[in-house]
Amino acid sequence: MEGTRQTHYFVPDPSYWPLVGAIALFCLGLGAALAINGVALGGGLLVTGASILVYMLFGWFGDVIRESLAGRYHGKEDHSFRWAMGWFIFSEVMFFAAFFGVLFYVRVISVPELGNFSHKLLYPDFEAAWPLSTGPGITAPYEAMSAWGLPAINTLILLSSGVTVTVAHWGLVKGKRGQLAWGLGGTVLLGTLFLVMQGWEYAHALHELNLTFASGAYGMTFYMLTGFHGLHVLLGTVILFVVWMRVLKGHFDAEHHFAFEAAAWYWHFVDVVWLLLFVFVYWL
Amino acid sequence: MAVVTDTEQGHHARPRGWSRWLAATNHKDIGTLYLWFSFTMFLTGGVMALGIRAELFQPGLQFWQPDLFNQLTTLHGLIMVFGAIMPAFTGMANWLLPLMIGAPDMAFARMNNWSFWLLPPAALLLIVSFAVPGGAASAGWTLYAPLSTQMGMGMDLTIFAIHIMGISSIMGSINIIVTILNLRAPGMTLMKMPMFAWASLITAYLIIAVMPVLAGVVTMVLTDRHFGTHFFNAAGGGDPVLYQHVFWFFGHPEVYIMALPAFGIVSHILPTFARKPLFGYASMVYATSSIALLSFMVWAHHMFTTGMPATAQLFFMYATMLIAVPTGVKVFNWIATLWQGSISFETPMLFAIGFVCLFTVGGLSGVTLSVAAVDIQLQDSYYVVAHFHYVLVAGALFSLFAAVYYWFPKMSGRMYSERLGKLHFWWSLVWFNVTFFPMHFLGLAGMPRRIPDYALQFTSFNEIASVGAFCFGLGQLIFLYNILWSLRRGDPAPAKPWEGADTLEWQLPSPAPYHSFVEAPELEVGENGAIRGMKGGVHH
Ligand SMILES: [Cu+2]
Repeated sequence: MEGTRQTHYFVPDPSYWPLVGAIALFCLGLGAALAINGVALGGGLLVTGASILVYMLFGWFGDVIRESLAGRYHGKEDHSFRWAMGWFIFSEVMFFAAFFGVLFYVRVISVPELGNFSHKLLYPDFEAAWPLSTGPGITAPYEAMSAWGLPAINTLILLSSGVTVTVAHWGLVKGKRGQLAWGLGGTVLLGTLFLVMQGWEYAHALHELNLTFASGAYGMTFYMLTGFHGLHVLLGTVILFVVWMRVLKGHFDAEHHFAFEAAAWYWHFVDVVWLLLFVFVYWL
Repeated sequence: MAVVTDTEQGHHARPRGWSRWLAATNHKDIGTLYLWFSFTMFLTGGVMALGIRAELFQPGLQFWQPDLFNQLTTLHGLIMVFGAIMPAFTGMANWLLPLMIGAPDMAFARMNNWSFWLLPPAALLLIVSFAVPGGAASAGWTLYAPLSTQMGMGMDLTIFAIHIMGISSIMGSINIIVTILNLRAPGMTLMKMPMFAWASLITAYLIIAVMPVLAGVVTMVLTDRHFGTHFFNAAGGGDPVLYQHVFWFFGHPEVYIMALPAFGIVSHILPTFARKPLFGYASMVYATSSIALLSFMVWAHHMFTTGMPATAQLFFMYATMLIAVPTGVKVFNWIATLWQGSISFETPMLFAIGFVCLFTVGGLSGVTLSVAAVDIQLQDSYYVVAHFHYVLVAGALFSLFAAVYYWFPKMSGRMYSERLGKLHFWWSLVWFNVTFFPMHFLGLAGMPRRIPDYALQFTSFNEIASVGAFCFGLGQLIFLYNILWSLRRGDPAPAKPWEGADTLEWQLPSPAPYHSFVEAPELEVGENGAIRGMKGGVHH
């Protein structure tokens, strides 16, 4: 592929999908701002925006898949997609870095600082402990999430899903379609299982531990980090599911399977974030 | 591999009517959209600035209540940064990168269109926020907690507008990076490519690194506002200063996001009109890269008054001063480029020289502010306002004017009016300094920023600044008139209107063909993208 020089590069025809996507995000942005402030119109706008967005994604990705099947993407286009996916994942890494930075700051700087002598006048009962349970903002007692129950099982689930997606990749490269389909299906299943377990974990946290988003520094970092990670697992599972459907339809071969690899990269990224979460949010 | 499979490639007719713009996949059309959008935002943010200056013409409250005044300063900043300067550079990159490196278009033409069309909705959310109960965000463009964790719906609209603009600029940056890394024509190697391509590449990297951090921090503001979290509230173990840390981790690189492309532009215009190659091309590349890397380690110089430990203050002070080294390398390289050149002073050159002089003034006041002991006096004073307007108006904006005049013939096929261009430059230069130079004195004398009223002794300098601002604003209409007039009546431009220009875009006819480099040319390239030889290259 890469050996010979490619003189043409695929430039798509004019497309209305981006404009549709812009309208969708406008509705989502305005809808969210209204809904969050209790304006009745907001909910409707949110639903409208989300529906338009889903419609746009189907249409746009449909176009891309049709172009791919029509053989309009070659080595250079494939290269572009790979670069782009890499940089997109880098932007996601920085998004999580912001929240991890906040977690470290809260644990290493702001909570110990609030517990030192000069703050005793302000909050006399404050105790600089982690999980933090004192402070005027923490109105309801709660318990912290233990690492060695559901979270440990979830770690095993995600790690095994990293194995199954690699098994699927080997199947794809060696032309073993059965192995590819089962490996990928297994990954989707494990992703879904992870999400179900996380739902269970959240229910346990909310109802039995009384741990909420408003439970001070511990609760906020816990839900923010695991919540955004969960959303990314959801997105990754949807992507893997779409790729799985395409595999079952006979798409991809040993050379042309960027979508598969992009999904796999994304899945590994989500996996690594989870390991960091397990260590810094649940364990230490 | 035989690659004549897609026969209709590049042969589709030029789209007409609305769909040319709404469904655009042509980098030139999208670049044009970006440039007009950013100019519209420039005027919008400019009107807000004039609202601010009108109120400050005299002490006491004349026109606006303090809260509306704060809304104006906030939205002026947000709109100029995210609506005017950043999109203008992306527009320039869209127009120029494929022409400069011999690519058929941007790497992802459809996504390119989405990047653009996300901007008007985001701008609309910001403008609409003036009309909601409580008005627009009024915490300053930095949206510091705990101001931003209070306030009304306008803040939520601002947060979602920032999310959308973030998505737009991240996609735009991925496009720029991939285009530069993957679509350079044979012969256009990295260490030969034009400085503008280098600047855009590094800027795009910065954007991808820090826009997600901004998205993260405003998301935490949102949850603090509505979902009971305490990220920026000590009552639950958080810290308002934490907001500043995360915000400025984005905010300082953002400064270079608005400066590096300007460096790139000037590194083409100065050599062209000095009729000499750029001095120290390789050192320019390394200087740009070091500025980008250092920009991640200096954020807390915005926070010297927050009670940081002295060691941290010293670290951030010295790290900040270190940036003056690569920046100095650039300034000296530009001066060395001019040295013994055969210089002529067309409008782009005037703006470029104006840029070098005034940006250096802004850079030096920046070094002054980096001294922790001095900054404690000057923090949040008009000295800071003067400083960043020197780097953003006389820096980023002047470089953009230089770029528009320089490449106008290539974009439109017509020459702009040199007489009006020169008038625009001298007018802007004079009134810019009348507006912003007195602010140094105001700041040194202790006038705080972001206030609608002030002590009597600050009156004269404020009056001078306000007169200057209105004249400066008026002068921008000369620019608009020049562009509109020249688009229709300007003299036809030759392929290479500037004798000393040697990058690839000047090898194309003017205006550049709608589909340029549909087939990549074979190039022989010197430093800074100078074309020594070219074979092939097909256009429609
Ligand atoms: Cu800074």
